[in-house]
Amino acid sequence: MSLTVTPNFRDPLAVPLREYEPGDAFYEALIELHEGLSDEESAQVDARLVLLLANHIGDLGVLREAFALARRGVTLDSSRA
Amino acid sequence: MHSAYTYPRYEFRTPPELAQGPQAHYPVVVVGAGPVGLATAIDLAQQGVSVVLLDEDETVSLGSRGLCYAKRTIEVLDRLGVGDAVVDKGVTWNLGRTFFRDEEVYRFNLLPDADHRRPGMINLQQYYLEQFLVERAQSLAPTLDLRWKTKVVGVHAHDTRVLLEVETPEGAHSLEAQWLVACDGARSSLRRTLGLDVQGRVFQDRFLIADVVMKADFPPERWFWFDPPFHPNQSVLLHREADNVWRIDFQLGWDADPEIEKQPERVIPRIRAMLGPEREFELEWVSVYTFQCRRMQKFRHARVLFAGDAAHQVSPFGARGANSGIQDADNLAWKLRLVLDGVADEALLDTYSDERVFAAEENLRNSTRSTDFITPKSATSRRYRNAVLTLAREHAFARVLANSGRLSVPTFLRESALNTPDEDEFEGRMFPGAPADDAPVEIDGQDGWLLSLLGNRFQVLLFAGDAIDLQDVGLPEAQALQATLDPRWRALGLEAIYVTQGATAVAQPARVAVDHRGVAARRFDAKPGTVVLLRPDQHVCARWRRFDSARLDAALRRACAVR
Repeated sequence: MSLTVTPNFRDPLAVPLREYEPGDAFYEALIELHEGLSDEESAQVDARLVLLLANHIGDLGVLREAFALARRGVTLDSSRA
Repeated sequence: MHSAYTYPRYEFRTPPELAQGPQAHYPVVVVGAGPVGLATAIDLAQQGVSVVLLDEDETVSLGSRGLCYAKRTIEVLDRLGVGDAVVDKGVTWNLGRTFFRDEEVYRFNLLPDADHRRPGMINLQQYYLEQFLVERAQSLAPTLDLRWKTKVVGVHAHDTRVLLEVETPEGAHSLEAQWLVACDGARSSLRRTLGLDVQGRVFQDRFLIADVVMKADFPPERWFWFDPPFHPNQSVLLHREADNVWRIDFQLGWDADPEIEKQPERVIPRIRAMLGPEREFELEWVSVYTFQCRRMQKFRHARVLFAGDAAHQVSPFGARGANSGIQDADNLAWKLRLVLDGVADEALLDTYSDERVFAAEENLRNSTRSTDFITPKSATSRRYRNAVLTLAREHAFARVLANSGRLSVPTFLRESALNTPDEDEFEGRMFPGAPADDAPVEIDGQDGWLLSLLGNRFQVLLFAGDAIDLQDVGLPEAQALQATLDPRWRALGLEAIYVTQGATAVAQPARVAVDHRGVAARRFDAKPGTVVLLRPDQHVCARWRRFDSARLDAALRRACAVR
């Protein structure tokens, strides 16, 4: 199994009419998750979230791919990200 | 400032109340001759309802304001008789491009499949849209009585009528209406006078709009920048309008001073930074705005119906303001007519509120999500936003998350009480509550479009496929169909439209759309014998695999909220 980088969000509660709907719903929930938190608290939530999701994925091959892609973007863009 | 447009001046005419004294009351008075009020009044008048439309001004919208008109809106405008004028004058576009800093990260096409008459979007200054609508409204006199320079100064809403006090250049008078439609905009004075609430979020940000006249060969596309080099840390949007006018929208931040930012000596350097020092341009119109995402709880209050910005306001990202307002008009006019005709009772007007509140929720949800992406409210939110944009260069999943505005699309009224739930198996998206998809068909030997046949009355699409005889697929001839219906629906003028592949013999008089390439059948997932019931606003409200007059009768009853 390799890392999925095509659109993959699904909402079991809503059949989408537009391709962006499930992703937008995810993104809204993600931002809401951080609402009212300080930067430090947000960073803690993010770290815990990465660990939870990493365990859910489990496959170290997939995780290593994700690590590389996540890091690569930032290296390319380290001045302003 | 330069102006590419000459504002018409519409004349005040002495109304009968001042010329001859008090009048009998009117079935419908609409307040506000903006796009939504004009659309409502035109729709009512062309369905035969006498309507008075009041506006306190004497011309069209100042500045370009509402700019993008979506496919569904143009389809409604087609039904109202101004679609061609809008499309001919407007700038057609389908492609939106999104840039992050100096790189393109994402593009979307509003109309990925062919075989629609109308494009994904038209850009046209609001003053042109209003002008075309006014001309159409004037052609409907005296059924439509459009009164300029008439300001509502008092409103008394009773259970069975509404009394309006108005002021005109020739004095004050009163008007009585059975129904009042309030289309008087975001700062609706009718809403305020009636003490009604509107709730939601105010966004703490300011935006500068500049309409610029210039010759440029940029393609007719929507260009959106996050954090561009010429306007760091903020967003910028560029749209082409008619007459070589271009709309540039700069995010300024909450701390910007609107009065200072409107000054040409502030605006011009911003535009120059964007377009380069060589480009010659003139400013046509400048405005600094903030916005709110909010709506009224209900759009019907006894005899007063609210539509457009008076009822709901969204952020401008997504062009969901004027577009949803025109769809309010589309939803309301036929219901008012049926209630006035006595075919339906007032309960039908509650479904106007239910359906359009549902639509407003969808528009508010999408425009709020876009706004939160475009103008992050915290460092974490900004970090996620920029992470999406950096990933979007390479990864498809992130491109779908990049949200520079989800452009207006029609609401599928899937939860409406007017829908008859499917009993038969269907695929596709033409389910009850869907606005009918267009399709290329042949009508009376000419190439045409399915939607041009639809609207203003209830209609049934009877799909015959390639059957030689209607009886082979269980479909009745038009006259037999009428004869089986409750007389109430015959009074409604239910119309049968046969969609064939060309071989079927259909007895006259009947409307026939020849679906040579099967596009209509595919979009509606129709097989020979399929029946689709459409409302006067072109929305599907029921569908079956087999014709059955009792089921049709029950579906019509439900679609009119008749118990």
